Amino acid sequence: MGMTITEKILAAHADKGVVRPGELINAGVDLVLGNDITAPVAIKAFEKIGAERVFDRDKIALVPDHFTPNKDIKAAEQVKIMRRFAEAYGIKNFFEIGCMGIEHTLLPDKGLVVAGDLVIGADSHTCTYGALGAFSTGMGSTDMAAAMATGECWIKVPESMKFVCTGRPGKWVSGKDLILYIIGMIGVDGALYRAMEFTGDTFDYMTMADRFTICNMAIEAGGKNGIIPPDQQTVDYMTGRAKHDFILYVSDNDAIYHSIHNIDVSALEPMVAFPHLPENARPVSQAGDVSIDQAVIGSCTNGRIEDLRIAAKVLKGRKVNKKVRLIVIPGTQEIYLQAIREGLAETLVEAGAAFSTPTCGPCLGGHMGILAGGERAIATTNRNFVGRMGHPQSEVYLSNPAVAAASAVAGRIVSPDEI
Amino acid sequence: MELKGRSHKFGNDVNTDYIISGRHKFKTLDMNELAKYVMEDLDPDFYSKITPGDFIVAGSNFGCGSSREQAPQAIKCAGIGAVLAKSFARIFYRNAINIGLPVVECDTDAINSGDELVVDLSKGIIRNLTQRREIAVKPLPEVMITILNDGGLPAHFRKHGTFNL
Repeated sequence: MGMTITEKILAAHADKGVVRPGELINAGVDLVLGNDITAPVAIKAFEKIGAERVFDRDKIALVPDHFTPNKDIKAAEQVKIMRRFAEAYGIKNFFEIGCMGIEHTLLPDKGLVVAGDLVIGADSHTCTYGALGAFSTGMGSTDMAAAMATGECWIKVPESMKFVCTGRPGKWVSGKDLILYIIGMIGVDGALYRAMEFTGDTFDYMTMADRFTICNMAIEAGGKNGIIPPDQQTVDYMTGRAKHDFILYVSDNDAIYHSIHNIDVSALEPMVAFPHLPENARPVSQAGDVSIDQAVIGSCTNGRIEDLRIAAKVLKGRKVNKKVRLIVIPGTQEIYLQAIREGLAETLVEAGAAFSTPTCGPCLGGHMGILAGGERAIATTNRNFVGRMGHPQSEVYLSNPAVAAASAVAGRIVSPDEI
Repeated sequence: MELKGRSHKFGNDVNTDYIISGRHKFKTLDMNELAKYVMEDLDPDFYSKITPGDFIVAGSNFGCGSSREQAPQAIKCAGIGAVLAKSFARIFYRNAINIGLPVVECDTDAINSGDELVVDLSKGIIRNLTQRREIAVKPLPEVMITILNDGGLPAHFRKHGTFNL
């Protein structure tokens, strides 16, 4: 009986030949991650544990990104806790203003996560790195603290669900649309506790940016991890970035799955998830007449250079509707610079967008674009829960960057073909 | 371990933003302060309705969303004795155990808001005193019982010096 890619990575990190779903393992971790909300709590727990040193100062990443540039005194105090901890323990992967980025965009771009790794992060979207063929999952601050102290973590081997995606995606259809479609199909707890393995010839047409987006939102279906078998594109992405050796794992043909789902991606349209759950996904053609007050393009889901290129392509020579506030946020400092070099920043600003330094900001209602009562936003982010982007009576609609950009021009939710 | 209190009933997919809104969770590391805003968007007066030891009772997928431990911490610091739900989102489930908040998987359809409950974690039984019936509990994994019995993961570490699961 074979193993899935997820089982193989877990087995390798638990020094076992074979692991099976349901088995509890003690696994070594390749990287432990925390941000400005979760790391200060983890640091407190680390002290409570009585740990005197970190297991490996090169295998811890601290990324203040949620409320940075520090939005108020309290935010600044949180980051101060991280900075002091990084200094005290010699943690060099501490990324502040000037070299920072949204954690899940930054760490793969820096080559700190590669194929075959096992990563835990005190952030639910840590599952993003499955796009590289790594096992990565979100945990809480106390688990982060224990992992910083020991380099280990207990994990229950998950069952795997396989999503076989076939066909070439149509115009304006991206990884975001595929994952919104899947969440719509199985629901927000459709993959609870399970691994979501995405495979099929559709991935010949999916960029690394698309793949990161897909795995990023595995958690929105309750998944423990999302994972895509690595191919030549994965290797090309890692080449020149990887800070340590990578291992390419693939699932065995006789691996056992909880369930197998076939998706004809050629038939998909761009999708929009209506309030207040990501599972409320509809094709954009069925969105009806939904006017918007704000559009946000960015986040760990869709803040990569490919996303900005699509937004700029849609907005080139056009103006943002005067009733709409468009906020575009590159994922990292490097992407920000690339957007300037390619002229994307100019196109976006000329169209009437606010173009911001990297931050998670509005996605979680933190800062940089909070909604008032009764306002609506379309956003390329990952959650549309009640009050997520501000007032409890505001609404968030999730989409890909092309639809968000087109909607910013139209003033209502539309397909880019409609402007 | 036997817990006794009243039920406060909620629905399915109660996410971490409902449990403690992003508007508050970054304000402070003081969990007792955060606790005042627990479930605010679902019930603005919820905190004032809690008698220490009461239970949050919900449907499926309780705690979906972010990985922030502020969510179970705020619930615990608000005086809630345990959360009972049909199912839990995995990060929340793990976090709750790590910080020492009992989480109980069971059929919650048979519990109404305001019911008096006795939760016997060791026997795996809930007694609904109001409705005079018993509800079976899905047992916690051994690893989690060990952590919970030690008072959470930090206490487990202080006791054993490392993972001892």
